This record gives sequence, C-alpha cells and structure tokens, in this order.
Amino acid sequence: MHELSIAMSILDMAEEEAGRRSAEVDAIYVKLGALSGIMKEALLSAYDLARTETTLETAQLVIEEVPVMIYCPRCQAPRSVPSIQQLSCSECETPSSEILQGRELQVVALELRS
Amino acid sequence: MNSAPRVTAPRILEVRKNILKQNDEIAHALRKRFEEAGVFVVNLVSSPGSGKTAFLESTLTKMRSEFRVAALVGDLATENDAIRLARSQVPVRQIITGTVCHLEAAMIERNLDGWNLDELDFLFIENVGNLVCPSSYDLGENLRVVLMSVTEGEDKPLKYPSIVNSADVAVITKTDLADAVEFDWPAASKNLQAVRPGIEILRVSAKKGDGMDAWLKFITARRRDVVEHLVWHS
Repeated sequence: MHELSIAMSILDMAEEEAGRRSAEVDAIYVKLGALSGIMKEALLSAYDLARTETTLETAQLVIEEVPVMIYCPRCQAPRSVPSIQQLSCSECETPSSEILQGRELQVVALELRS
Repeated sequence: MNSAPRVTAPRILEVRKNILKQNDEIAHALRKRFEEAGVFVVNLVSSPGSGKTAFLESTLTKMRSEFRVAALVGDLATENDAIRLARSQVPVRQIITGTVCHLEAAMIERNLDGWNLDELDFLFIENVGNLVCPSSYDLGENLRVVLMSVTEGEDKPLKYPSIVNSADVAVITKTDLADAVEFDWPAASKNLQAVRPGIEILRVSAKKGDGMDAWLKFITARRRDVVEHLVWHS
C-alpha cells in the first residue's frame, strides 16, 4: 500500500506549482496507467486522507485511467490488449512486450484560481 | 442568467510531471554511478516467503570466489536476513524500511555510504517481500528479477501483472518441491509469457543447488554485455 505516499507526492507537486503562481488549486488531473501498480479507488481514498488540513483541502483529484496499448509487430500498428493479464494484440493475438502506454503515473494539469 | 461572478475564471495549467519524478531522478544518478564503477546491479522482487534470502545466500556464496559481490537487503523490520546473508562472508547491509512497503532509490543511495563501488562487480538488492509496491520504484538496477516459488501456485503472474511486466527475468524457486505440490510447469510458463511476452524463465532450487549454475551463467553474461558495451563506448 503505497498509495498514501503517491497521494502526498501529488499534493506536494500541486502545492509547489500553485505556490509559485500564488494561486489556489481547484482540481488536480492525474493519468493512471493500468500497469502503474496503483489502484484508482485506493489512490482516491488515500488522497482524501492526505489532503485534510493542507492548503489543498478543497482540491479535487480527477483521475483518468489509461488502458494498455502495445505495438503489434504483425499488424505494425498500435493495438489494445484483451486485459493486463494478456499482453497480445486484440486483433491478431500476437504477443508483444512493446508497451506504448499504460505505465503512466503522472500529474498532467492543474485547475487554478488566483 | 449568469451564476455568481468570480474574481477570476479558473485556468488550466499543464504540468505533465511524473509523480515519482524525484525517485526517478535519484535512480538515474545511481545508474550512472553504477555504470561508471562497472558494478552490475540486480533487484530481486517477490512475495514474502518465496525464498529470496536462501536464493541470494546461495548466489553470494557461489560467486564470491570469482567476483566481488555485496548485498543490500530491505525489510520492514528485523535484521534477520542480513544476519543470515552474512554467512556468505560478503559485505551485506540491512535496510529497515519501517512502515514503507518497498525500497526507494534514496534508501539505496543512503546505504551505499562508505562502500567503494569501484571494488565491486555485482551488487544485489533484495527488495521488501511484496508483489505490488516495488514495481513502481526504479532503483537504478541493471536487471530486475521476479521470483516466484512453486508453492505459490502457477497463477501468481496473473494476479500481479504489473510487477511481472516490469521484470527482465523470472526465476521459479523451490523446484525441489514442485512434484509434491503438483506444480503445473506449462501453465506457469504460459501465465508468465502472457503478462510479459518473451520473458526468460529460470528454474532453481537454492536448497539442492539445481539450476544455480544456469542462473550464475545468466547474470555473468548479462554483466559482460554491460561492461563490453562500456568499453566499446569509452
């Protein structure tokens, strides 16, 4: 369970960016890959816990879940996968370990108010 | 009708920063240090009780006559593993993480104090026994090894796809017990390949010594690749 430390890092990043601009944070937008090792629900509850009594107490956490995409060597194109337990092309079933997206653990944007 | 006027409209600021940026930066610096010193670093991840410590003790003992090896061992509490590993008579340090469920690059950096990396060929890092959290944390290693014992069942990779996907090689341990637990080898291999297509799978019994030579051959070849690559570029 390291969602709490992830939540705290998110808050630190948002606080730093907002502080530099003397702004308040309304929302934090995060991208969460299916292979990031972090669960959305767990991160949301950890975030709720971490933000209390900080300057970001009212900032919403908006999580966008990013599905895994692989590069299929046979189709020679980006393809989705049946599940994170089966990293193969959803069209032709060729396995591929070339992951194009799905590992994200990233703060993408902040909604600020001055 | 307009809603109540605000002082200023909210604005969107693009950030695009990895949440683990701080760890990634330290890991990057460590990787550079390791590379310059010519030390090959192996990060061992697995669930608790998979036989990491026995596997590492056997590895260190077998390697020490030929290579300069050392180990860092992570645990939530106790120094038991370091005490066990000290029997291999190589430098071993315990990292007690307290409540932290994984090792982070900063912990590795701190615990290298006083060790001369130039005098090492291999550094082994035994991560905290946990198949979830260590997957997100780069420690600057050259090779990430996921261990899974035959007693854990063949479907372990499907339950923990993130960490298996982040690994470079899989080692199936306690193979001396495989028959007793009717371990399904084809299923285990199929599950590992589904989650991490192309992953190399090694089988070992640290207790009986089976498969240890193949493992040592594997990592020494990997180290040679890295060192030769360095010579080529220097």
